[in-house]
Amino acid sequence: MMDISALLDEIKAAPFREIVIATPHCGRVSFADLKPGDSVVGPQGQWKEKPGSHIATLEREHNPKPICALEKGEISLLHTELEGRFVEAGTPLAVLRHKLTREEVQRLILQKALHLFCAPERAKYYFIPEVDKKIRAADAHSVTVRDGMELLIMSRMKREVPLHYTGPDGVIYEIYFKINDNVNAGDPLIGVCPRDQLPVIQDVIMRVQTEWAEQG
Amino acid sequence: MDNNIEKRIQSLRDRLSYLQDIFAGKHGDNANLLHERLETFTERARWGQLDDPHSEMASLEDLFAYVEKRLEECITPMDKVRIVRHPQRICLRDILENVYDNFTEVGGQDEHSLDPSMLIARAVITRRSGKKTYTQSVMVIGQEKGHGAEFRNGGSVKPWGNAKALQYMRVAETEGIPIHTYIFTPGSYPIEDNPGAAQQIARNIYGMAGLRVPVVAVISEGGSGGAEAIGLADKRLMLSHGYYSVISPEGAAAIEGRIKAGMRATPELIEHCAEHLRITAQDNLAFGYIDRIVQEPPLGARPWHFDFFRHLRQEVIRATDEVVISTRRMPLLKGMALSRRRKPDANMEEMFMRWDLSASARERLRDRRQQKFLRLSRHAARDRRPFWTKTASAFWDWLSKPWRTFKYDFYRKHQRHIRAVLEEVDNEWEQLKSRMLAPWRRLTGKADSTAAAQAREELTALSAWSGEGRKSKWNYLSPRYKVDRTITCPNSASYGCLDLWGPDLFAEFAGVCSHCGYHFPMEPEWYVKNVFDAGSVFEFNSEIEAGNPLDFPDFAPRIAEAQKKTGARSGCMTFEARIDDIKMVVAMLMGTFRGGSVGAAEGYKFVEAAQRAAKKRYPFLAYVHGTAGIRIQEGTHGVIQMPRCTVAVRRYIESGGLYMVLYDTNSFAGPLASFLGCSPYQFAVRSSNIGFAGPGVIKETTGMDIPPKYHRSYRALSRGHIQGIWDRRQIRANLKQALLTIGGRNLYYR
Repeated sequence: MMDISALLDEIKAAPFREIVIATPHCGRVSFADLKPGDSVVGPQGQWKEKPGSHIATLEREHNPKPICALEKGEISLLHTELEGRFVEAGTPLAVLRHKLTREEVQRLILQKALHLFCAPERAKYYFIPEVDKKIRAADAHSVTVRDGMELLIMSRMKREVPLHYTGPDGVIYEIYFKINDNVNAGDPLIGVCPRDQLPVIQDVIMRVQTEWAEQG
Repeated sequence: MDNNIEKRIQSLRDRLSYLQDIFAGKHGDNANLLHERLETFTERARWGQLDDPHSEMASLEDLFAYVEKRLEECITPMDKVRIVRHPQRICLRDILENVYDNFTEVGGQDEHSLDPSMLIARAVITRRSGKKTYTQSVMVIGQEKGHGAEFRNGGSVKPWGNAKALQYMRVAETEGIPIHTYIFTPGSYPIEDNPGAAQQIARNIYGMAGLRVPVVAVISEGGSGGAEAIGLADKRLMLSHGYYSVISPEGAAAIEGRIKAGMRATPELIEHCAEHLRITAQDNLAFGYIDRIVQEPPLGARPWHFDFFRHLRQEVIRATDEVVISTRRMPLLKGMALSRRRKPDANMEEMFMRWDLSASARERLRDRRQQKFLRLSRHAARDRRPFWTKTASAFWDWLSKPWRTFKYDFYRKHQRHIRAVLEEVDNEWEQLKSRMLAPWRRLTGKADSTAAAQAREELTALSAWSGEGRKSKWNYLSPRYKVDRTITCPNSASYGCLDLWGPDLFAEFAGVCSHCGYHFPMEPEWYVKNVFDAGSVFEFNSEIEAGNPLDFPDFAPRIAEAQKKTGARSGCMTFEARIDDIKMVVAMLMGTFRGGSVGAAEGYKFVEAAQRAAKKRYPFLAYVHGTAGIRIQEGTHGVIQMPRCTVAVRRYIESGGLYMVLYDTNSFAGPLASFLGCSPYQFAVRSSNIGFAGPGVIKETTGMDIPPKYHRSYRALSRGHIQGIWDRRQIRANLKQALLTIGGRNLYYR
């Protein structure tokens, strides 16, 4: 069994993801006007159509190419000694410290703690009537799932097919789809955790919700 | 206070606030005087200090009328723009209630409508002749601004609203009743959702060019494409305080001042543009784009101006009568009837005439309308063809007409019968021959012929490094191929395209990314030289020049600069060319000449090209290298090209021609919403962006953010605006195939 609390403490100790920005190909490097400690932003706009902060320019065969930040964060290291030099592909130019957001931490923990059962194809999904009744009466945590059990109905183009659960036994921790909405193939339908871990996970998620300070 | 007096005070308050609004701070002393007088009067009336309230009220109203009349003399074009946009301005429902005797809305009610900004109604007009009364039906179609009601979108019609208008025009045509259109729009609502703003306006204009019932249009606010969607009429009346323009003065100022998103043009610049775009009724009458001005009361008509409605009623009836009379054959009777109706004191309600037309009169009506639009705006283009060239070409036309009639209308028609008979005989002969030669074939067939050996060699041999295929594929290389650098494909982030070496990209690759197929824009010359047979291009009418017909300030040098830069005299190049000996007429809009905008000269050349194609029975290709829309600095000279060129295209298509459109790079606005969008066969090169308004304009007018790649050709294809997408390297082959399959064997169907 995994120690979820330890995982959270571990994340808390270093609440960052370090992103190394490296050259995609060889070329001559010139840095933008940045210094370690500066904060940068990732792609912006409703469709992420505006590129992130400019970090460096890489020029090869008279073709200058901007290298931009892909995440919001803080520059922790800048290889300014490479300024004006010709570098090989894959040379690190800068290290970006991205502070994890509350959602990212939650996702990280749940990814480790839960087994995700995913949609095999794009369709609408429903629970079978018995399960549905149970969920409505109490909540999702009351449903125990076993490998091979008939759990869901996949409905697509007026065709309904029963779907069997595969994976470790446990209780449903979270439901990721809504009735009458189409779910794309590969998107998670339910997250399952062992029954005894349920209170621990709930506790940790609660702690993340309350204690995690969002970066401004 | 007397209830009546209170009402009249309220009405004066409205008049005062209207006056203040439309002058936007100008003539403040007059407004203050009126305000002061009105307040004193109100105060005194409230405390009952007036001796004779009614006569004092009347004198105050006289003062208002006097001031309004005086201010009327110093009204500027921008004031007129504010007048037509004012919520107190008359709107279509006021007209329906006051000009017509009765009406039924058929296009929806208030906000419960497919598009509340487009109002459609069946209305009746009652007229007398002696003791008899007659009821005449008309279809009334127009934009409804609804005194500022928000759901009307200020008269900006969505594509489906225009589609509805066209549907009811067809209904009117079936029923044989005249159509009255009322134009109250600042412009069309720029969204691409099916049927698409531009494509639907194009369909409307195309449809109206062929309507077989009288159409009378009344323009109050005529904003560009939205106005043209219901504006192609036999008679166009214009309200004296209206405007008719290619673009709103604000839009023009944003373009002139190169305003970026989020910034505002200065009021002075907007005023300057409004003045120089020549948007008023008087200007448009002088240009010949409207037929008559309907005089409004001082400072514009408002719903309580009942005299104005009576006058408007007379004018629309007169216009409809004139259209009907103009289709008559007898010149003497026609002249008499017309002159009777043109008398200023003629009471149209006492003069009854039927508005239904015979079948032949309908044809004449349609032809007259088309000819009328074809004649417009010729003076606005600079025709530098020498006198003898023009005379010679006119003479040649006259001379060759009988020959063409003989060749195409007589010989071709009978030729088909003869050919059918000959083909049948030939088939029989082949059958007979093969049966008779069968024994001989059986003997010789076993021997290996040289042709078969050659075919085998071709099929089995490996491709060689030397040979036909290894020669340079292109007759013309973009001058950019000399660039000494690599170029990054814009799709490299998503598709991982490798950098492209400039000389490769612009020469051998024809500007196409060899990994993802992204098309970099190329010069118009590239297409002229590479798509058509080498040496087959013959340009005509190159002497027709783009000018500055409105004397727009600082515009002439910019045109001269574009001419110097591109070496062309206008943004439209018209030529005859061949693809594998298939002859055709091509009109090319060049994106390099002021963005490919269309003005009087470009429209003139386009119309001439369509007529030439019809005369020679060639297919007609509109190759749109790029077009940014109508050239705004030419004002209504530009916008009138929309109906004009569409009429030319319709006449060409109906005479049996094959009209195809091919888009490249960016094609937007006016031309797309008229003579390009109306083609049944529109194709696009992969590089193209197609739409009605650019992202900036959509954001500005609708407040919606639009996703990136909203206008890409693939989106246009999914929306059903175009029929197919071609690779640039395949244009020649695809064009040939399309001509052969769509055009049939003589490339000129029917």
